[in-house]
Amino acid sequence: MTHPGEEAHHGGESADAGWALETSEAARSYPVRTEADLLTVRHAVRDATEELGFSLVDQTRVVTAASELVRNAYVHGGGGTLFIDPLRQARGVGIRLVVTDEGPGIEDARQAIVDGFTTGSGLGHGLGGARRLMHTFEVHSVPGKGTMVTAVRWTDR
Amino acid sequence: MNRSEASARSILTGVLERQQTAIAERWVQVQMERGEVGGGLAEDELREEADALVAALSSGLAGDLPVERVVAQHRQLHDAVTDLSMRRARAGTSPTATSLAVLSLKEALLACVAEESLDTRGSLAVARVVNRLVDAAGALSFETYVEGREEIIRRQNRQLMELSTPVVQLWREILAVPLIGNLDTARSQVVMENLLEAIQEHEAAVAIIDITGVPTVDTSVAQHLMQTVKAVRLMGADCVISGIRPGIAQTIVQLGIDLSGIQTRATLADALETAMGLTGQRAPYAPEHP
Amino acid sequence: MSPYREGARARVSTVPILRLGDVLVTGLLGELDDSSALALAEELTARIAQDGARGVLLDISRVDIIDSFVARALMELSTMAQLLGARVIVAGMRPPVAITLVELGIELTGVETALNAEEGMASLGWRQSDALPAEPRA
Repeated sequence: MTHPGEEAHHGGESADAGWALETSEAARSYPVRTEADLLTVRHAVRDATEELGFSLVDQTRVVTAASELVRNAYVHGGGGTLFIDPLRQARGVGIRLVVTDEGPGIEDARQAIVDGFTTGSGLGHGLGGARRLMHTFEVHSVPGKGTMVTAVRWTDR
Repeated sequence: MNRSEASARSILTGVLERQQTAIAERWVQVQMERGEVGGGLAEDELREEADALVAALSSGLAGDLPVERVVAQHRQLHDAVTDLSMRRARAGTSPTATSLAVLSLKEALLACVAEESLDTRGSLAVARVVNRLVDAAGALSFETYVEGREEIIRRQNRQLMELSTPVVQLWREILAVPLIGNLDTARSQVVMENLLEAIQEHEAAVAIIDITGVPTVDTSVAQHLMQTVKAVRLMGADCVISGIRPGIAQTIVQLGIDLSGIQTRATLADALETAMGLTGQRAPYAPEHP
Repeated sequence: MSPYREGARARVSTVPILRLGDVLVTGLLGELDDSSALALAEELTARIAQDGARGVLLDISRVDIIDSFVARALMELSTMAQLLGARVIVAGMRPPVAITLVELGIELTGVETALNAEEGMASLGWRQSDALPAEPRA
């Protein structure tokens, strides 16, 4: 079923990097350029999950996952953008986080979500950990072009 | 869109605008007459629902969305249809009755169209538009209904899980969760949440997880137990697992599951004794061993 | 250490640190940005050496998120404190934070935990005097 407000559209396509950004009309974007942006983004995700009716534990899961993803984009990708996309569908309510950066990309995206893999600071739990906090998790990366991580969590699953 | 469809649509739009109240009224009557179709809803509820849907249909048809997409894409109309089916799904109305309720709108619409003096060809064209609209609404309503029921099932599942994982206070500063049945990911998350909240609330020092009622322990169950133990420790409390039957101990060894670093006891009574020791309390009498 | 962490370390901690005998006590509010976490860890380490503290109590009962970066800062603080002969106790972790950390795959290895500040102080050797009426428990 296609809901009027939930039709996927292709905004900000990045044809060079070989993927298309898919977010709904309700999505809002937040820049991740400075360390202060990391906090702003966490607050925005917290507010969004609260409004969507996530339980306190689920709010904490999503905010923590967002924190890992944007720090990853900030530290390894030289900054990027977070899209917060509230999902309200007949099958349920959820939130989609999309984080993009134009950094060096990850050579092996599959390896990056395995625990212990790290190319910089952090525990190497960044992506692998964030994946366990969300219901779906996809990494698209093109070396030299950038990385896009898409993660979804539903309120009731 | 051909000309006859365009003119049929404008006739129907006109009828809807002029006779909105009459159509809604008639639709409610049709539903009331066929007891089950009304879904056990009271007349004023049906009336309110009908008014909203007919008004949305009127505004959707007056817009410029093509007939085949108006139900799916006109927000107000889409929501009116999904609201109707969701309400019935929650009320436990049967799927047939729910579809029929939407489809009976066809009757109400056609009855009102019949009052317009149209030639056969005109009537047919209008009937065709009505059919396509209401059929689309019927399909959407059925889909929503199914999803609504699934949502209810998920919610009930969760409620059942909450009920089946009570956290009880055994002694001062000592809590226990007797687990009964299989421990899957969803359930172990509920257990973890309930247990941690209870620890905070009771300022408990030791939590006992009793797995006497868990039929099998495989690698994933063991992993869930380990995670719970780790979370309890992060809260600053200790954790003891009890109810490890010989069969389960054997499986644990065979699967090579490492439970070292976790305190395990055979029975809940043994675990309580251990917990009392950990909290510096003394049992009033030593539990008798069989 | 990556340039990011060097840069983040440049700021000064604004969290007050109290000294009760040989124990340093501090509490965190809401959430911690990366540089505050590092600055606090650094300041606590310096104070342990300077004051000859034997224990550090870190009350995190009002912290609503700990991600891998802050977790790492806590573990490093704990390791450095141990090298200096002091114990670090992290007290009052909220249930959602504990659940999320475990799911992230972080156990805060080497970090001691306590249910609340009172229990944490007790395990650092601070007991409520018998002469004083005990606070009624909620």
